Amino acid sequence: MFNIPITCATYTSEEIRSIFIMQGFAGLSLFSILLLMALGLAIIFGQMGVVNLAHGEFMALGAYMVYLCSQITANHFPAFQPYYFIIAIVVAFIVTALVGALVEWGMIRFLYKRPLDTLLATWGLSLIMQQAFRSIFGAREVTPTLPEWLMGSFKPTPTIDIPINGVFVMGLSLLLTLGVYIFMFRSRTGLHMRATVQNRAMSSAVGINTSLVDRFTFALGCGIAGVAGAAFTTIGSTGPDSGSRYIVDTFLVVVFGGAGNMAGTIVSSFGIAQGQSISEFFLEGTMGKVATLMAIVVILMIRPQGLFPSKVRT
Amino acid sequence: MNPTNTSSLHYCRKVFGILLASTLATSPLFAGDFPTAKVNTTGLAVTDTEVTVGQLHSATGTMAISETGSIQAEQLAIDQINAAGGVLGRQIKVIKEDGASDWPTFAEKAKKLLVNDKVASVMGCWTSASRKAVLPVFEKENGMLYYPTFYEGLEQSKNVIYTGQEATQQILAGLDWIAKEKKAKTFYLIGSDYIWPRTSNKIARKHIENVLKGTVVGEEYYALGHTQFGSLINKIKLKKPDVIYAIIVGGSNVSFYKQLKAAGITADKQTLLTISVTEDEVLGIGGENLVGFYSAMKYFQSLQNPNNEAFVKAFKAKYGEKSVIGDVTQAAYLGPWLWKMAVEKAGSFDVDKIASASPGIEYTGAPEGYVKLHPNHHLWSKLRIGQWQADGQAKVLYESGLIEPNPFPKGYQ
Amino acid sequence: MKKFYNNVLGGRSGSIGVIILAILLFAILPMSLDAFRLNLVGKYLTYAFVAVGLVLLWGNSGVLSLGQGIFFGLGGYCMAMFLKLEASSVENTKIQSTPGIPDFMDWNQITHLPSLWVPFKSLPFALVAVAFVPTFIAFVVGTAMFKRRVGGVYFAVITQALALILSLGIDGNQGLTGGRNGITDLRTLLGWDIRTKSAQYVLYFACCALLIGAILLSRFVLSTRMGRLLLAMKDKEDRVRFSGYDVASFKVFVFCLAAAMSGVGGALFVLQVGFISPSLVGIVPSIEMVIFAAVGGKQSLLGAVYGTLVVNAGKSLFSETFPQLWLFLMGGLFIAVVMLFPNGLAGIFDSIGSRFKKRSLIKALPKTTEVTVVELAETGGKS
Repeated sequence: MFNIPITCATYTSEEIRSIFIMQGFAGLSLFSILLLMALGLAIIFGQMGVVNLAHGEFMALGAYMVYLCSQITANHFPAFQPYYFIIAIVVAFIVTALVGALVEWGMIRFLYKRPLDTLLATWGLSLIMQQAFRSIFGAREVTPTLPEWLMGSFKPTPTIDIPINGVFVMGLSLLLTLGVYIFMFRSRTGLHMRATVQNRAMSSAVGINTSLVDRFTFALGCGIAGVAGAAFTTIGSTGPDSGSRYIVDTFLVVVFGGAGNMAGTIVSSFGIAQGQSISEFFLEGTMGKVATLMAIVVILMIRPQGLFPSKVRT
Repeated sequence: MNPTNTSSLHYCRKVFGILLASTLATSPLFAGDFPTAKVNTTGLAVTDTEVTVGQLHSATGTMAISETGSIQAEQLAIDQINAAGGVLGRQIKVIKEDGASDWPTFAEKAKKLLVNDKVASVMGCWTSASRKAVLPVFEKENGMLYYPTFYEGLEQSKNVIYTGQEATQQILAGLDWIAKEKKAKTFYLIGSDYIWPRTSNKIARKHIENVLKGTVVGEEYYALGHTQFGSLINKIKLKKPDVIYAIIVGGSNVSFYKQLKAAGITADKQTLLTISVTEDEVLGIGGENLVGFYSAMKYFQSLQNPNNEAFVKAFKAKYGEKSVIGDVTQAAYLGPWLWKMAVEKAGSFDVDKIASASPGIEYTGAPEGYVKLHPNHHLWSKLRIGQWQADGQAKVLYESGLIEPNPFPKGYQ
Repeated sequence: MKKFYNNVLGGRSGSIGVIILAILLFAILPMSLDAFRLNLVGKYLTYAFVAVGLVLLWGNSGVLSLGQGIFFGLGGYCMAMFLKLEASSVENTKIQSTPGIPDFMDWNQITHLPSLWVPFKSLPFALVAVAFVPTFIAFVVGTAMFKRRVGGVYFAVITQALALILSLGIDGNQGLTGGRNGITDLRTLLGWDIRTKSAQYVLYFACCALLIGAILLSRFVLSTRMGRLLLAMKDKEDRVRFSGYDVASFKVFVFCLAAAMSGVGGALFVLQVGFISPSLVGIVPSIEMVIFAAVGGKQSLLGAVYGTLVVNAGKSLFSETFPQLWLFLMGGLFIAVVMLFPNGLAGIFDSIGSRFKKRSLIKALPKTTEVTVVELAETGGKS
């Protein structure tokens, strides 16, 4: 029924080796993007059970913040141009985290016992955010001017080209994942967060301010989404509905990994990224994505709790 | 009657007639000469002082970025026409409807404009999908649509005037030029996944294989909105085509060209010809990511002719110095003018009459230079090849002669 | 007869509700709206089929599906395929390279009708397909999911993914499905021109009748023992399971029923609007259909219809006058319904009704002791 053309071509062995290396890298690149997107959601969904359908819009918010910084630098501090990007990422993190905290205080905290309702409420929030972007930044897609050091590629051999911004995004996601891990498992606040998730009543009894912890967790998740959005500006443009493009992929990554933990998210993003990368190479564009999605859904139907399900009864 | 009186009266009448004729020829037509009962026999929204037209574009949604230019250009044309006295002495009133980038909504609003508001004509649509959705409505309710986008052809309707180029006009001359200029033999065809890129690439493939005697080394399509082109770029690097023939539409353009540049594929190493990038898209992509690549369009903002200079000046004065004007925006600008000329030629607002009066109309005031309406309701127009510069404007390298529109090309179907 | 009255019509308050709705749909709206706007209302009512299904599925069984657009679209495409084949007779398509096949296939250089399309030449097959195909898909997905106890949020996300898969699949197979353009230019149903005004009136009334039928059917289902079990499942699934009932099968049944209704709605949509496109299949329309049910009150079947009408009327009106403002309002509506009016319009209606009853009850009483009055006031609101 589906017309699945497969590219049959003749390549030399040198070329095949290069294909594998570059495709592998493309897969790794996609993996780091998915990981960045899914990390924030995994924290919110996995830890708090809150379904945030506006997660994509927080990513877009981060991207818009980078764009704003780019505009400000270009107009007022042109000498600063090559350095603004890192600062912009930090700004994206802070702004999205603050907005996340506000959203949690205003809306989410009333809906913790009602996951299906948070679904709908956050969808409404995403509509509002999208329209806000459209009204403030315009309907056109925007791109910040990227610094020169992010352009171009490494060339280890004549046939292999490794884009620099791919490496940058990978580095960023690695850094962030490590940071989150250290924070969650080695710091006091992280301890509070994990305790609250496991047993809210006892944590409160021991003196942890659970509502503050919740707010902090949500804000952290949103902040990470903001950084993901910032990283995304190196790859594509940002428009008011950029967020909605990635929301389903991100959710699938989290659900597939077994929404309890970070290890699951990492493995899941890796698997899905490589799977999609390979199928896109051999099948035609759209069909590659459909094949990957169907594979995920079928696997989920067989093993619905995901790859690394949470072994704790909540 | 006294013979002398008759002859002098006759003489006076003659002089008066000449004076009147010359006044009419040089000044706007007066409504009094075109009574509503005569010019409007089909119940359209026409009064002695006003005529209502409709505008149906996406003001919201994913297509809003592309259609904003068309909305602005049509409004500019209508303002200019009104300032010069209107059509048949009547001022044009516009009812704006928002298709919201959703084809069912386009069909619904088209019906509303034609059935409820009884507009005399509609300037609208951008994507082929929206046009296909409204076409049955226009044919059933006998309306007239002015459609501005370059498209795949394979269509012709009494109720549509296509002010953009159809596929053969845009594709064939462009391929001929690049094959000659770059001695190109191998082509990699890519596009977004829907009817226009697919049909265009089919025509391109036939032309490459049968006429240019070249080879197509790859043909791929990606969903609208897709942003990961890593695999595609790797495949391109391996195949090393002489020309990448790209028909990527919308936001995906930005990702594609950025990733191309990041992968080291620049114009000095690889030729790329596209029929889907205009100044509007370059604004989003960034001129620096496209330097040296070619676009085949009938209009570029940088065209040097007096019509275009006046047009660009008026556009910028109304919408801001930073405005950019792409091919579709210019084609949208033509719509109200062609409608006005058809109405004046037919002496009536009735759709049947303007449909039969349209063929043969020449518009010498077009910013692209000169266009003429063909009996198949498309335009004779020229094709230009522009090379993108870092500032987001195109340097026009080649201009063809006038190409006859041929929406049903034999041998290419 | 009494059983019919109580179970299907819903007793006294239930039948009054149905009668009021019937009067609104069959009399008030046709008399006060012109043909164009009535056709729009007909379109909204087809969405109401999905909303009614969601009331059964979500409001009464606790299963939230964010992919009902799948079933709506599948039903619509089945009907559209039949209508398109009828409109593509050899006579109508003689300018094509290959006459007798739909125009979009011709543009895609297809030279003979794909085997998937051939059975749709017959109307009985198409009609059966309209209900059967969505039900079959729902059965497969439902069995796979519910037997493994996937529910709640997980299920919702997976239905979203399925909606995405279907819309991408349709987009990517232009030659088979018309791709992004959808299937357009549908003209006649067995020779009867469905685009004329009279045809639109007939289709509108048919749609209303079928909708009321769907509501009565749902009422019946909810009044049976299974209906009670569904409600119990919604509250405490494990207890129902421990009592020995096969929870999964019930869920599959309701899912299939909701899917079938959505499919019928899709077919009626195609008949009234004249085309179908993948934009009705994806994530956004599916979530919007949920909001219709939510605004009406997710446990109220009649509320689903009113909710659909109110939200869609608002959409048309506002997008005409304030296109920028509309999305803010829509988003706000989602949030407001969830946080402030969890029982939607039906809830508001009920609370006004009960307050009214309380007041009239108190007024009607002679001045007796305060205690009795308070007692009566407290019980007066419960029907």
